[in-house]
Amino acid sequence: MTYNADKLPKKNLLSLQIDLKKFEKASDSEKAQHETMRESTTFFKDGMRKLRKNPLAMISLCVLIALVVTIVVVPLFYPYSYEQMISVNGKRDKTAKNLAPFTYSKNEQKAIEEGQQIFPHIFGTDELCRDYFIRVIYGARVSLMVGLFASLIVLVIGLLYGSISGYFGGKVDMVMMRIVDIIYSLPDTLMVVLLSVVLNQVIGDSLRGTVFARMGNNMISLFIVFGVLYWVGMARLVRGQILSIKTNEYVLAARALGAKPGRIIKKHILPNCMSVIFISVALQIPSAIFTESFLSFIGLGVQAPMPSLGSLANSARGGMQSYPYKMVFPAVIICLIVLSFNLLGDGLRDAFDPKLRR
Amino acid sequence: MLKYTVKRILLAIVTILIISAITFFAMNAIPGGPFSKEKAPDPAVQAVLEARYNLDKPVGQQFILYMQNLLHGDFGVSLKTGREIATVISEKFAVSARLGGMAAGFAIIVGLVLGSIAALCRNHWPDRLIIFLTTLFVSVPSFILATMLLLIFALQLKWVGVFSTSNPNYVLPVISLMLYPMSYITRLTKSSMLDVLGQDYIRTARAKGVRESLIIFKHALRNALIPVITYVGPMIAGILTGSMVIETVFTIGGLGTEFVHSINNQDYPMIMATTIFLAVLMVVATLVSDLIYKLVDPKINFD
Repeated sequence: MTYNADKLPKKNLLSLQIDLKKFEKASDSEKAQHETMRESTTFFKDGMRKLRKNPLAMISLCVLIALVVTIVVVPLFYPYSYEQMISVNGKRDKTAKNLAPFTYSKNEQKAIEEGQQIFPHIFGTDELCRDYFIRVIYGARVSLMVGLFASLIVLVIGLLYGSISGYFGGKVDMVMMRIVDIIYSLPDTLMVVLLSVVLNQVIGDSLRGTVFARMGNNMISLFIVFGVLYWVGMARLVRGQILSIKTNEYVLAARALGAKPGRIIKKHILPNCMSVIFISVALQIPSAIFTESFLSFIGLGVQAPMPSLGSLANSARGGMQSYPYKMVFPAVIICLIVLSFNLLGDGLRDAFDPKLRR
Repeated sequence: MLKYTVKRILLAIVTILIISAITFFAMNAIPGGPFSKEKAPDPAVQAVLEARYNLDKPVGQQFILYMQNLLHGDFGVSLKTGREIATVISEKFAVSARLGGMAAGFAIIVGLVLGSIAALCRNHWPDRLIIFLTTLFVSVPSFILATMLLLIFALQLKWVGVFSTSNPNYVLPVISLMLYPMSYITRLTKSSMLDVLGQDYIRTARAKGVRESLIIFKHALRNALIPVITYVGPMIAGILTGSMVIETVFTIGGLGTEFVHSINNQDYPMIMATTIFLAVLMVVATLVSDLIYKLVDPKINFD
C-alpha cells in the first residue's frame, strides 16, 4: 500500500512521526544500483577461484584424486593379493620369481598354452613370487594412510593445545609454551628413531587381539611418535593465529554477550584461522610419508608382509642392478605423492593465506 | 644480548638434560637386561655382572651415575663388539664430520648462488628451472635419490668411482646428502632476496647510480643472508640424520652406519650414547646459529 503525503493525519508537534514530504521517490537509475550485478564472493569461493587458476595445483589435485581412486578401486577386482604367492592350478609357482613387467613364468606360460586365462603381472613379481603391482598399490595405500592419520593426530592435538594456550594467555600460555619450546628443540628425527626402537619392544604383545594388532607395532609406534613430537609446530601456529584474531572486535562483542570460551574458540576464532591450519596439514602429509620411508629404511617401518612405499623401495635396493624397475615403481609413486601434496599445499597457501592475499 | 644468550644457553642445557633422561629411561623401559639370555647364567655370576655395571641399583641412581660417566667421557661399552663406545664414536664421527661438512658447505654455497639467480631472473626461465628442480629434489626420499645416483653414475655410466676405503670418492655421497638442504636454502634465499630487492634502500642505491653488481652483492645479498643463518642449525641436524641413510647406501663406515647397525643389532648402550651425542651436536648447532642470527641482524632488539 502506498502512502500519500497529504492524506496522513496532522503531525503532532512532539511526535517523532516521519514527515513524508521531505522524501523523494527513487528514480529508476537509482533503483538499478541496488540490483546485484554479480553474485558476491565469499572468502572460500574467491580462494577456490584462485586455486583453479593455478595449473600446477590443479594437476597435483588431479594426480592425487586419480591415485586415491586407483588405490581404492584396483584391489577390489585385482586377482592377486599383496601377501599371496603366485600359484598356477592351485600349486605354488616357484618359477614366478623376480619376473619382469608383463612377463609370465614358465608354469604360467604352460597354463596359457593350455588355454587358461592368466592376469598379467603389470609390474612383474618380487623375490617371493608375489605380484609387484598389487604390492605397490598396497604400499601407496599404507603410505597415504600413514600420512593422513599422522597429520590428523598432529592437527587434533595441536589445535586443542594451541587454542587453549592462545585463548587463555597469561600464565597458562607461558607454561604451555615453555613445554612446546622444549619439545620443539628436541631433534625430532633422532627422537623418532629412539621412540620407535623403544615402543617396538615395549608395545610387544599388549596389542594382540585388538584392532591395532593388524597395523603392527611399528605403525602404532609411528603414530604415537607423531602424537608426542610433531604437534608442537601446529600448536605454535594455532596459538599465533588465535593471539592475533582474539583482539578483533567481534570476539569482544561475543564475550560481552556472555559467550563461553569454548564457543568463542569454536564459532569465532577457529573458522577464521582454518585456512592457515588446513594448508599446514596439507604440507604435513608429505613430511609424514618421508618420515615413514626413512624409518622403513633403517628397519623400523611397517611390518612385513605389509608393504609401504618406503619399505618396498628399500628392499629393492638389494637387487638394484638386476631389477631396477622394482626400485623405480615405488620411488616414482612416492615422488608423485609428495610432489603433489607439496605443490597443492603451495597452491592452497597462495590462494587462501590471508597474509599473501592482496 | 647477554640476557638472551644466557636464556638460550640455559634452554639448551635443559634440552640436553631432557634428551638424556628420555633416552636413558626409554632404553631402560625395554624389557630384558643386557645379561638376560636364553640360557640363564649362574645367579652369582649374574649378580657380579650387574654390580659391575651398576645394574643392581635403582634406575634413578643409575641415571645419575650414567650422566656422571658421560661427563667424564665414559660412554660405556658396546654390547655387541665390547669396544669402548667413546672411541668408536670419535673414530666414526671423523668420517661423518668430513662428509657432513662438505655437504653443508656445498649446500650453502650452491643454494645461495641458485637462490640469488632465481630471485634476479624472477619469472624467467632460470627461475622456473631452479624452482622446478628444487621442488623435485625435496620430494624424493634421500635413500632413493642416493641409490639412483649410485646406479646411474657409478654403475651404469661409470663416471665416478664407488666409495671404498682404499678409494674414498665423496662426490656422490656429498651430492645426495646436500641436495635437500641445498634446495631449501635456494628457496629461502630466493624469497628473502626478493623481499630485500623490494626495499626502499635498494631503490635509493639504484637512483644514485650504484653499479648493479655492487647493489646485489653489498646491499641485497648481505641482507638476504640473514634468514639463511637461522636454517644452518636445523640443516646440520638434518645432515646428521640424513647421513645415517647416505652412509648406509654408500657403505661409508661413519657414525650414521654405526647407528643403523646398532638399531638393527639392538645394541642399546650404543644407541643411547649415539643418540645423546648427536642430540648434543644438534642442540649446540641450533644454539650457535640462533645466537649468530641475533648478533648479525641489526633489526632485532634485545630485551
